Amino acid sequence: MDRRRVLLLLIALLILSALATACGSGGPRHMTPVPANLDTSTTRTSDQGLYRATIIPSLDPIPINQVHTWTLHVETTDGKAVDQAEITVDGGMPQHGHGLPTQPQVTKNLGNGNYLVEGMKFQMTGWWVVHFNISAGGQSDRVTFNLMLK
Amino acid sequence: MVAKAVRSALIAALVIDLAVLAYLLLWPRAPRWTEGEIATLRSLWLGSLPPLPPDPSNGVADDPRAVALGHKLFFDARLSSNGQVSCATCHQPARLFQDGLPLGQGIGTMTRRTMTLVGVAYSPWFFWDGRKDSLWAQALGPLEHPLEHGGNRAQYAHLVARHYRAEYEALFGPLPDLSDRARFPASAGPVADPAARAAWEGMRPEDREAVTRVFVNIGKAIAAYERRLMPGPSRFDAYVQALLAGDAKGMRSALTPDEIAGLRLFIGKAECTHCHNGPLFTNNDFHNTGVPAAAGLPMDIGRAAGAPQVLADEFNCLGPYSDAGPDACADLRFLKASGKELVGAFKPPTLRNVAERAPYMHAGQFATLREVLEHYNRAAPGPVGQTELLPLNLSRRELAQLEAFLRSLSGPLNTPPELLRPP
Repeated sequence: MDRRRVLLLLIALLILSALATACGSGGPRHMTPVPANLDTSTTRTSDQGLYRATIIPSLDPIPINQVHTWTLHVETTDGKAVDQAEITVDGGMPQHGHGLPTQPQVTKNLGNGNYLVEGMKFQMTGWWVVHFNISAGGQSDRVTFNLMLK
Repeated sequence: MVAKAVRSALIAALVIDLAVLAYLLLWPRAPRWTEGEIATLRSLWLGSLPPLPPDPSNGVADDPRAVALGHKLFFDARLSSNGQVSCATCHQPARLFQDGLPLGQGIGTMTRRTMTLVGVAYSPWFFWDGRKDSLWAQALGPLEHPLEHGGNRAQYAHLVARHYRAEYEALFGPLPDLSDRARFPASAGPVADPAARAAWEGMRPEDREAVTRVFVNIGKAIAAYERRLMPGPSRFDAYVQALLAGDAKGMRSALTPDEIAGLRLFIGKAECTHCHNGPLFTNNDFHNTGVPAAAGLPMDIGRAAGAPQVLADEFNCLGPYSDAGPDACADLRFLKASGKELVGAFKPPTLRNVAERAPYMHAGQFATLREVLEHYNRAAPGPVGQTELLPLNLSRRELAQLEAFLRSLSGPLNTPPELLRPP
């Protein structure tokens, strides 16, 4: 081979090796990427702005593979506690396309806008969303919390 | 002249680049783990295993006398229709409490694989489909199943009265008086055998209840014994222990570079810890991984059948034979009972000692670990429901490294040796 060919071969090898080291470590493929600046606040406003809700998990940090309870506090956006709400819970992992492993329920109205949520459980780490569908006084709205479990 | 100098410089740079590349790819270096990865490794480490959770549904779960009685019952082949099948027939201590067969073989051939019992007490659900929610309720299933032990609860109650009276009564109080064979037939139970079933239906309700209570207590003693079956440390655990102690030499002597590469894949690109997480390498939840159907067997929908069954089970946490108060039954009360995710979903067994537990999956569909890994790599859809898997695109070398890592999860049992032998 002449030197020119050797040179071109070395250049090609250089480019290929650069590509290989850059892409070889490829991470897991996901259905939905984690949003940049994921809001994991424990106080969030509902989708249509009717309620402001706060979650207080009974365990901190939230454990994996252990059923536990949360307290959910619901108030209007001007700070008035929402009593007598009907609340359902759902959620899941957007990246994996599956729901919650249990069916959590609000089992007690604790008064002052506080509700006991039982049956919370997470069986893997990662990005979870938990939705509370809240109906009170003829109105309904949904609050979503993001969790990044480790 | 300039062109020639530039060309020489370029060639020199390329040669240096190739040398650096060769070094990076070929020279084995101690891998560095990020803080997040170290947290994951710590969570998988046997040192992170919490104490045995209490079983509020079983009042004798941690009573040493129940362990002793359960040990005897576990190995007693008289607890069967032909006097030849004990729990240990399929849950063989020498084989990590399973039988190495694709399908269990009791009186007849089962439709599913025998599961290991090592570390089983940490799971909230039992069987591949979770149709039982306590270890004691699980033990009662095979005892009356026509293809497993093939017996019935009246037969077992008479056996306890004849051979285990003292041990039983020390734990559970006086046995009922079973001497009247008209009221308490030798063979009776809500089982498939027509004669035993007819005899059961002919019994007084209070007598059926008394016999059932003895049957339940047999399960509770067996469960107390099974709670003691625990995994011991593997080379993976030695590696993590050394890592956490900053002991590089200990790390190098615990795992080979290929095993470490496999571990890196396990917690990374291969996404195994979605389901195989925690110190027992299982989240004990239900997942559809597209496992192929087993030839000649009926369609198996897994948890979609198991969830309604556990809710209806008279021996569940909320039932009359459970010692638990209703507040203790959260897993059952908030069970996910329906939804398409349950269809074809099965509970992942622990991966500790997985290399010694071929064949794999709920009907032993894969003969080798390599076949399992190739299945995960391809992620072909299964016969029912929606697989959670996506193709991994791992190379042959990476699959071999993953397999090497899985083999490093083998270790002895952390159980008193006398419990691993017949009493």
